[in-house]
Amino acid sequence: MKHATQSLLIRGGRVIDPLARIDAVMDVLLRDGQVAEIAPPNKIRAGAEEKIDAQGLIVAPGFIDLHVHLREPGQGYKETIASGTAAAAVGGFTSVCCMPNTTPVLDSPEWVTWVRQPQRGAVVNVFPIAAATQASKGAVLTDFRALQRTGAVAVTDDGKPILSETTMRDALRASAEINFPVIQHAEDTRVTQNCSMNEGPTSFRLGLRGISVNSEATIVDRDVQLAQQFNGARLHIAHLSTAASLTAVRRGKKNRARVTCEVTPHHIALTDADVVDYDTNFKMNPPLRSAEDREALLAAISDGTVDAIATDHAPHAQHEKIIEFERAAFGITGLETALGLVISVLIAEHKVPLTRIVELFTSGPARVLDLRGRGTLLRGSHADVTIFDPKKRWTFDASKSRSKSHNTPFDGRQMIGKVVATIVGGKIVYRAA
Amino acid sequence: MSASRPQTEKKSAARGSLLGIEELPASEINRLLLLARKMNPAKTRPLLRGKRVLLLFYEASTRTRTSFEVAAQALGAETTLVISSGSSIEKGESLLDTAYTLRAVGADAIVVRHPNAGAPHLMASYLDIPVINAGDGMHEHPTQALLDAYTILKHKKKLTGLQVTIVGDIYHSRVARSAIHLLSKAGAKLTLCGPPELLPEMATTLVKGLRISRSCEEAVRGADVVMILRVQRERLAGLKVSLPDYVSRYQMTMARLRMAKPDALLMHPGPIIRGLELTWDVADCPQSVIVEEVHNGVPLRMAVLARAMGKAA
Repeated sequence: MKHATQSLLIRGGRVIDPLARIDAVMDVLLRDGQVAEIAPPNKIRAGAEEKIDAQGLIVAPGFIDLHVHLREPGQGYKETIASGTAAAAVGGFTSVCCMPNTTPVLDSPEWVTWVRQPQRGAVVNVFPIAAATQASKGAVLTDFRALQRTGAVAVTDDGKPILSETTMRDALRASAEINFPVIQHAEDTRVTQNCSMNEGPTSFRLGLRGISVNSEATIVDRDVQLAQQFNGARLHIAHLSTAASLTAVRRGKKNRARVTCEVTPHHIALTDADVVDYDTNFKMNPPLRSAEDREALLAAISDGTVDAIATDHAPHAQHEKIIEFERAAFGITGLETALGLVISVLIAEHKVPLTRIVELFTSGPARVLDLRGRGTLLRGSHADVTIFDPKKRWTFDASKSRSKSHNTPFDGRQMIGKVVATIVGGKIVYRAA
Repeated sequence: MSASRPQTEKKSAARGSLLGIEELPASEINRLLLLARKMNPAKTRPLLRGKRVLLLFYEASTRTRTSFEVAAQALGAETTLVISSGSSIEKGESLLDTAYTLRAVGADAIVVRHPNAGAPHLMASYLDIPVINAGDGMHEHPTQALLDAYTILKHKKKLTGLQVTIVGDIYHSRVARSAIHLLSKAGAKLTLCGPPELLPEMATTLVKGLRISRSCEEAVRGADVVMILRVQRERLAGLKVSLPDYVSRYQMTMARLRMAKPDALLMHPGPIIRGLELTWDVADCPQSVIVEEVHNGVPLRMAVLARAMGKAA
């Protein structure tokens, strides 16, 4: 996909590019893998081999998902880089950052290179996030510099926290030295053993041990304080889910620490009260939280505290999900439902401006991980474009998902907002039927 | 019975299943309690002749297991016991595959005890035969709540308006959850008592009108029924509950029990640990119906099994 030599003209769409402060009907010309020109309608003189009529549609920079589990190497029965990126294309994502909790753990430059090889069959850009500690065991830091050089865009032990304060301090010190983000899965696993959903009235009623709000917030709070100690350290909080964690992030941002955070579509679409009948498609980590936490996330999306929407797409095979709730794997798929959910919830219910939504999918995540030339349609940027219809009503059918796994709570859910075309490096990789 | 292939689509539980008290309408509870009165364990009735009841136990049990066995046999059904050790469960067979296997060997109903909440619900949503919950994790133990209601009704005219106090480890207790649902539906006035670690404030959200007390004396005062729960010693490790402290504040002693009404019933689902949640003399006092509860488990479970097989008429 990096070798596109064709040209593509996207005509008559409403271009929303928050970074470039564009919100107007424009034509966009893509050529040789780059944005060649962006101009008012019918002003582009150069010809194009292919044209897309985008009238009535939104033309946005290609969406970026900071948090995706593509499961390779080693867990191809759940997902492959090929199948996961195909699902990403359907969801409008032109770039995905994949998590290192694979088999083996992605903790070496060799494996980072392996993930990026063309024979993996990726149809969108894949940016590997490497493990922060060897085998993600939390003890010995990986070689950040070597990983960065091979193309890793950040480090994390996602799936698990970097629990030790000493290790986290060392990681943030190294982060500051080479300007490399450390992503924290904030969970004090010492207090979440055998817990399978949010602690609250629903967990009490179902007889399930509860994951407290504090198990996340105490780690976020600690890490924000640590990040402030190292000038230039970059801390990103993955799948932030509680009001208390937002308080810590706000304080860090106010103190000019380089702290960012992401929120998932499911945490703003559902609450723990939606966990019914021990349906393991509602089991993920962090868990669905209370209505109050959900409201706090929505407020933080509106006021700018949240930097990005990220799916935490976590495919699992049936044998890992159609079992006892407490034994089932944490995680749900999310790539194909992200835009529909976010528009349904944020616009239909909360009147968040469309430009803010586009920002959360584009320039926001690009800034978090410093993905240069992405998340914008400024001339010379990568020719990654997402075209969508923000008013289209549709129903998600999990059986038609491109992902290898179908563990989603949103099967049959009505949504507003659908991707029409996904363009990566100037090439159309998905077009709605 | 047909040797049909396992169904792979989720569906609602088969008629006659008993998964929990929460979703059981009050009318059904009454029907079961009335039916249990008609059951006589001493006199075998061939109501379920030719039926096969599979008892699938993933957890230790004395009372529940034997009383289901006796109940099924008193109705003329055959029983087969499958326990996790010594079966394919040890080899890693999944719950659903075990369920399909038991269905295939001719089970007409499955009684299941499992350490995980919701395990019977999972089985019920993939099986076409009734599933009876004999205790799932910390969630529910519906037949225990029913037999307790049955026991209370042997001594009290009705459940409505009764003052019932439950003392002990509510948080870890499936007995407590089922009892609270049942007694609340029946209109009893419920007080829960225990330390915050074993009785979090959010317990009040379970049903309307629940009262929490941290003082055993206050909770017991004027009660018609005092139900004691076992302190699940094995689960206290991670919690900051000291046993001597628990004993001094919450152990049921004769002095405390005397604060209840003179004719108050003293109940305990068992197993009891004398000297911990109750003293030796409380366990054997005239008000104690602990042994009677076990006794009543048989007719009650006969009623549950008869209903499961559509023989509740």
